[in-house]
Amino acid sequence: MDSVISLIQAAVVFGTVIMFGCIGEIVSEKAGNLNLGVPGIMYIGAIASLASVFAYESHAAEPNKAVCVIIALAACFGASALAGLIYSFLTITLRANQNVTGLTLTILGSGIANFFGGSLNKMAGGVGQISVAATSSAFRTTIPGLSSLGYFGKIFFSYGFMVYVAIIIAILVNYFLKKTRTGLNLRAVGENPATADAAGVNVTRYKYFATVIGAGISGLGGVYYVMDYIKGTWANDGTIEKLGWLAVALVIFATWKSVNAIWGAYLFGVLYWAYFYIPNLTRASQELFKMIPYVVTIIVLSVVSLRKKKENQAPAHLGLPYFREER
Amino acid sequence: METNYAVEMRNVTKTFGSTVANKNVSLTIKKGEILSLLGENGSGKTTIMNMLAGIYFPDSGQIFINGREESIRSPKDAFNLGIGMIHQHFKLVDIFTAAENIILGQAEGRLNKKAVRARIKEICDKYGFKIDLDKKVYNMSVSEKQTLEIIKVIYRGADILILDEPTAVLTPQETERLFNVIRNMKAAGKAVVIITHKLHEVLEISDRVTILRKGEYVGTVNTRDATEMMLTEMMVGKKVELNIDRKEPRNTVKRLEVRNLSCYNREGRLALDNISFTAMGGEILGIAGISGCGEKELLESIAGLQKTATGSVIFSDPSTGTDIELIGKSPRVIKNLGIALSFVPEDRLGMGLVGSMGMTENMMLRDYNKDGVVFVNKANPRHLAETIKEELGVVTPSINTPVSRLSGGNVQKVLVGREISSAPAVLMTAYAVRGLDINTSYSIYNLINEQKERGVAVLYVGEDLDVLLSLCDRILVLCGGKLSGIVDARTTTKEEIGLLMTKSGKTPETGEGKGETEDE
Repeated sequence: MDSVISLIQAAVVFGTVIMFGCIGEIVSEKAGNLNLGVPGIMYIGAIASLASVFAYESHAAEPNKAVCVIIALAACFGASALAGLIYSFLTITLRANQNVTGLTLTILGSGIANFFGGSLNKMAGGVGQISVAATSSAFRTTIPGLSSLGYFGKIFFSYGFMVYVAIIIAILVNYFLKKTRTGLNLRAVGENPATADAAGVNVTRYKYFATVIGAGISGLGGVYYVMDYIKGTWANDGTIEKLGWLAVALVIFATWKSVNAIWGAYLFGVLYWAYFYIPNLTRASQELFKMIPYVVTIIVLSVVSLRKKKENQAPAHLGLPYFREER
Repeated sequence: METNYAVEMRNVTKTFGSTVANKNVSLTIKKGEILSLLGENGSGKTTIMNMLAGIYFPDSGQIFINGREESIRSPKDAFNLGIGMIHQHFKLVDIFTAAENIILGQAEGRLNKKAVRARIKEICDKYGFKIDLDKKVYNMSVSEKQTLEIIKVIYRGADILILDEPTAVLTPQETERLFNVIRNMKAAGKAVVIITHKLHEVLEISDRVTILRKGEYVGTVNTRDATEMMLTEMMVGKKVELNIDRKEPRNTVKRLEVRNLSCYNREGRLALDNISFTAMGGEILGIAGISGCGEKELLESIAGLQKTATGSVIFSDPSTGTDIELIGKSPRVIKNLGIALSFVPEDRLGMGLVGSMGMTENMMLRDYNKDGVVFVNKANPRHLAETIKEELGVVTPSINTPVSRLSGGNVQKVLVGREISSAPAVLMTAYAVRGLDINTSYSIYNLINEQKERGVAVLYVGEDLDVLLSLCDRILVLCGGKLSGIVDARTTTKEEIGLLMTKSGKTPETGEGKGETEDE
């Protein structure tokens, strides 16, 4: 029983990172922008938040936890949105190829983050490992009382607040896309920008906003990863990139619906950590188990494509630039 | 007087790169009238209206709406001025419902579905529309989509409606229904513009006709003073003979027999359902039907390009008299058997020719493996290209100019010329004159007639029923993949064909919205 609970806990924590990445990407893709820069954006968000709270913690005599959280989130969202803005300018205004731009952004983001991450580790001195203890503990604070409710508390209430924020954002994004006029317009932009344009929707503005805000949400996955998942430290081990690609895969798995991303993310978490809880696995077979989330994505993609239900397909104009006067 | 005009455009010019789409065009639209905008393809009639709708912005010139000069910079500006355009390629989001498409792009905030529905119902009652608001667009027939487009525009409060080629995809019966709606709108005091190149429709519905030619304004006439002959002359710029010389078929022999042919299309839907007919050498068999009725699959099945489920296609060789089964054979195998099938597909630059290659290379596509094993022999194709250029009057700077740079009519001549040059036994054409001007269309009809006289079995898929009636000997009508009848073109009427086109009661889906590659 204990091992089942600890698997669920590991899955939820893991899932939350990719859920943020995935929801942001859904917002962007619904507006027709296939942003493959998600891993890079999560990197940038992670390092921006780590660097800024590191600066704050090392200058303040007694870091205020609320301030720490605000700085971390603001720095992360701002830096990620800025990365989204670069992507938007290139793909929407200059109409550069979205795939190439996204991949470049991923490479750029991982370069920036690992460069500054290494530097921060050096600046931290000591054992050569940065640590932002105050911020991390704020992110990891659980709701007092509830987490000690036995198994129930362990499964549902043993996490930092970002786990619940992710779920709330997923539900809000779903409501926004489905029930509001702005959401309807945004989906129209991703499906058929010429139609949206002819209907009086400002296609460029919608694409910019969706991509920039989407990037900001994706970046939150990065801050959650450094502050909670690896407890306010930094490692140049490429894990964020791996998680970023899983977030992109999760978009397909969730068939572009953010509520599906909630259980999908946790399922990916369970599949990813399953090897750890299966006894007597060799190192080689562990690697096989780690592939399961990707295999599942391929299967889902095949099934969805075979069933041909139009509502479950990618937005029709995904990945293509739009120019009104094109003939 | 000035205030009587809903729209006045003065000296409007629009260029795309070096192409002049509109040059100093001036026109007026009155309230409560139906104006036809007449012109051949490429005469700039859609472009000038797109400037009213805010899709394009004019390079120079003035636009007055209700007597006030306006600058229309986006479709939103156009809506605010009460201008609504129904585009030829419908601007609808496939996965949205009718209601969602109608409210798209309007004031933001939460959806009040009840109020929206009440307003839509009011509009439907007023003008006599029928629509299912919860139906997804991808489940709709072409005429339902068009109805939806019109409701959408009226819902937004448009007083000036522009319809771009509204009847191109409708059956005669649906066209009549549309015209009734348009007359209702006129009665309600709205200004209506119909862009078209069909003369009889112009004469039937409009009050005035404005004619454009090659981007320039030619003139405006009152419909009651106009005749078909006169409008054609204004449109083309010279007198044209509008008669197709149809000879009685002679020495017809059985050339192609299709038996119980069925096939599924890419979406897994039954595209052809148990089709049987015989095509004779020396006659033109017309194929009519609403776009998407299976006409494409039928031709492609015969050409060996489409996988079939059941049935057979038997080719009777005229020289030897032997029967050969074509089903299950690839185009290459069919050719190697010595069967001369020629196919002029609907998608000229996609399936017929390679756009970035010149005429010479395109000639080689058919017989590239005939002579020469390692190196290509260019002498014969070059000679053929020269001949086609000469005989069909292809206007091109050189036979090495990429064919995609030629106009639609010239591209079609290159393709038809190549297919005819192989002395076919069966010639299949799909929408051979789509996008061509009147003169070129008639020269294509003449080429097809020549082939018929040579004893070729011609399958002609067409959309203009008037042409089908005067060109073909027999007309096969498809409806939703089923054969609904084969009629004698000399005795049948347009109404009879129109009824057959919708016979089975259910209208087929079309790939509307995806096929935006069509040149304007």
